[in-house]
Amino acid sequence: MKSLAALRFLIPLGAFLVLSGFLFKGLWLDPHQVPSPLIDKPAPAFRLTQVADPDKTLSRDQLLGRVWLLNVWASWCVSCKEEHPVLVEFAKTGVVPIYGLDYKDTRDEALKWLDRLGNPYTASLFDPDGRVGIDYGVYGVPETYVIDKSGTIRYKQIGAITPEILREKIVPLIRKLDA
Amino acid sequence: MHKRLIVWTLVLLVSPWAAAREAIPVGPDPVIERRMMVLAQELRCLVCQNQTLADSQAELAADLRQEIRELMQKGQSDEEIKRYLVARYGDFVLYRPPLKPTTWLLWFGPAVLLLVGLAALYTVLIRRRRLAAADPLTPDQEQRALALLSEDESQLS
Repeated sequence: MKSLAALRFLIPLGAFLVLSGFLFKGLWLDPHQVPSPLIDKPAPAFRLTQVADPDKTLSRDQLLGRVWLLNVWASWCVSCKEEHPVLVEFAKTGVVPIYGLDYKDTRDEALKWLDRLGNPYTASLFDPDGRVGIDYGVYGVPETYVIDKSGTIRYKQIGAITPEILREKIVPLIRKLDA
Repeated sequence: MHKRLIVWTLVLLVSPWAAAREAIPVGPDPVIERRMMVLAQELRCLVCQNQTLADSQAELAADLRQEIRELMQKGQSDEEIKRYLVARYGDFVLYRPPLKPTTWLLWFGPAVLLLVGLAALYTVLIRRRRLAAADPLTPDQEQRALALLSEDESQLS
């Protein structure tokens, strides 16, 4: 009988602890970080014109055989401005070619933006209607994909890249994929 | 005086239309449009997360509605379109998550909790009835209880 009385207090206490555990974990989860189902799947194919030259196209298959970054950006995107200097610096290290996907933008604005803030991209693809963006599951610019030699998506960064993310996640991953 | 009042009332009544925005673009085919809106109500807009694709004013939602229209025009079924979106955005786009081992807790958790609650309630009630049976009132207490109850009733009436 005595143990039953103790149980009466232990059960609510246990339930409370479990619930607090979940809620505590929830404090550090961002609902806007939706895991992409495309991780470890082939990067969707595309053939788009380049921002700098409407006569030149680039397709996914031309980029097979090397590790590359696909960075989704737009001149109207505020966080991209924050991210941009990080990319410009990173491009100088030459660790990996960065390709841009200029999402729902106009060529004029995009070129002005690159002129003013610097151009870290080997080339930028022009996706004015956001079709390729939909194929890549883009829902919040900026987003960045790490794509390996076989054209498989290995990592997706939602939101701006910071020097910490580069150092701790992206660069180690590229080294591993390059090896 | 009266005239002015009427004019001002009319101006106030009409002014909301002046501020009205352009309607959301709709497709030319009303059948597809209806089908699209029904389907879009089951899908989550990833930008504003607690709105459906049908409700959302976000640009991505408008693009996806257009994408759904085009897929429907190509003759794809609702299931195929859902699969198309899940392949890109994950199960999170579905307001009704699919039933699979990782979502068992989500689907059955509430029912399990309800059963646990009912079981707890049942045992508590049974125990209480047993306690009451084990400790009946003395004739004295019963008299008092009856007196109190009848007093209460007379006051009420």
